[in-house]
Amino acid sequence: MTHAQSLAMNAAIPQSGSKRRARTADQSLNRFAGFGTITVLLFAFLYLPIVILVVFSFNASNTISVWEGFTFKWYWIAAQNTDLHKAALNTLLIGGVATVVSVLLAIPAALVLSGRAETGSGGKYLLILSLPLMLPEIMIAIATLILFTTIGLNLGIGNVMIAHTVFCLPFALMPILARLRGMDHRLSEAAYDLYASRWQCFRLVVLPLLAPGIVTGAMLAFIVSFDNFIITLMVSGAGGTTLPLYIYGLVKTQMTPELNAISTGVLLLSLALLSTAFVLTKGRILGVSGMSE
Amino acid sequence: MTAARISPDGGWLRGAGLYPALGVVGFFLLVPLALILVYSFLGKGDYGGVVWSFSTAAYEKILFVKKLDGSKMLNWAFFTVLFRSVMLALATTVLCLLIAFPAAFFISRQRAFVKGVLLLLIMFPFWSNLLVRTSSWIILLRDHGLVNKALMWLGLTDAPLALLYTDGAVLIGLVYVYIPFMILPVFTSVERLDKRLIEAAFDLYASRMQTLRRVILPLTMPGMVAGSILVFIPSLGAFITPDLLGGGRKLMLGSLIQLQFTTARDWPHGAAISIVLLVLVVTTLVLAARRGTSAKAR
Repeated sequence: MTHAQSLAMNAAIPQSGSKRRARTADQSLNRFAGFGTITVLLFAFLYLPIVILVVFSFNASNTISVWEGFTFKWYWIAAQNTDLHKAALNTLLIGGVATVVSVLLAIPAALVLSGRAETGSGGKYLLILSLPLMLPEIMIAIATLILFTTIGLNLGIGNVMIAHTVFCLPFALMPILARLRGMDHRLSEAAYDLYASRWQCFRLVVLPLLAPGIVTGAMLAFIVSFDNFIITLMVSGAGGTTLPLYIYGLVKTQMTPELNAISTGVLLLSLALLSTAFVLTKGRILGVSGMSE
Repeated sequence: MTAARISPDGGWLRGAGLYPALGVVGFFLLVPLALILVYSFLGKGDYGGVVWSFSTAAYEKILFVKKLDGSKMLNWAFFTVLFRSVMLALATTVLCLLIAFPAAFFISRQRAFVKGVLLLLIMFPFWSNLLVRTSSWIILLRDHGLVNKALMWLGLTDAPLALLYTDGAVLIGLVYVYIPFMILPVFTSVERLDKRLIEAAFDLYASRMQTLRRVILPLTMPGMVAGSILVFIPSLGAFITPDLLGGGRKLMLGSLIQLQFTTARDWPHGAAISIVLLVLVVTTLVLAARRGTSAKAR
């Protein structure tokens, strides 16, 4: 590695003639044949279904695939659908509770983990806390169902709130932990040197610096709960229908443009939350979703 | 070094800050995972649930089916589902790698602003509703859907092709859903790649293929391994995609498990299949971890 690096250093030193060659080499590498085409096709692949979905939510026809003119009526119909209101309310309640509780659990855990080396016990505990990320979701769903049945816990949507909290925890934890790890420890040392108590140091120095991480963690936790389907499907009983469960019912029975209108609304909300998190962290939520860190 | 390690909580929480989170995950996730193992060795209840008596019937049912005369034969239906799940998950992983590496490489070579926009565009599907995104493929792939209309308009086919409810539809759906999981870690490792190493390779008269194969690919391997795990594991246990795009005919392990806990009402059998899935997941993780350490040792 060091040898290769020193070679690279030498290559970077501008010498007569070699400078020009190095640049052309780099440029030619930027243009591996076909890489750009693949990227364009990828974005078409990712966005074509979404664009079609949104476009057909404005379709005047009752069917999804035949275009018969522009209308807002499906949004109007969706807005008056009381089943949808109930599902939306359940989703917001569950998401709200799961977000608040998972963030409250994540903050102290992140404070402890940030002080420990990733290789030691800190890494071990982090692994346990991020277990929900590593298992297939269906396993978490049936595991929770089995637990609730065995201990006879029957709190209606309370059960769903508990299951979501566990699942959201790593998503809340990661941005908070990343923020703490990137924090300058000399700031809290300075606070102690200036006779701040532990609580003062936490409230006046650490917490304000941590705020963007907490907000991001909360948003990711909320999105994850908001979008969750399998766990909710297995754990929720009658009356516990959430938006994804309601959408699933529509997909299975009647696909009308109203479904597209509802779906578009759901996508817009996710977009709003994600953009906020993105702006707050100046794009650094990538580290969370990459999960390779 | 140790002085700089004073944690921002000043150490006053010691380990205690971890206890609530560990307690919740322990009780609501680790205990239930152990319960799956317990349930897989119990008898089947008549209306779902279990009878608390030891039984290996759930595992026998995975391996064998009883014929009418009482003799046993291998349960090919289960092995078909197992084979399909593993093959589809593998195919998804390979396709994602083949698309994600060039795309990640291309994106990482853009100006900072363009890079940010493109990454946000990759992340948006990642964080948006899985169900909604999968159902949009139904609109595209149906008999009278847009893909068929496009094919007929182009004159490639006369009658609509049966695209939906096939293995191909499930594969498209899986790649569609999980490709951001591959791009993001691969992008991170491509981004970290020291460009001077590539220049050095060129200076030493390596061809482009040699540079790609002997410099770029080995150095971005950790990202590709991480991405492969993130794609393979959820694909293996996928439920929504095979359910919506496979139409219940092309079952995968995830849908088979879900079926046992709902319509089939055979909880121990569902638990036993989950254990099979868990073994596959753990094996994958161990293999990947070993691959990681051997790569480091080199």
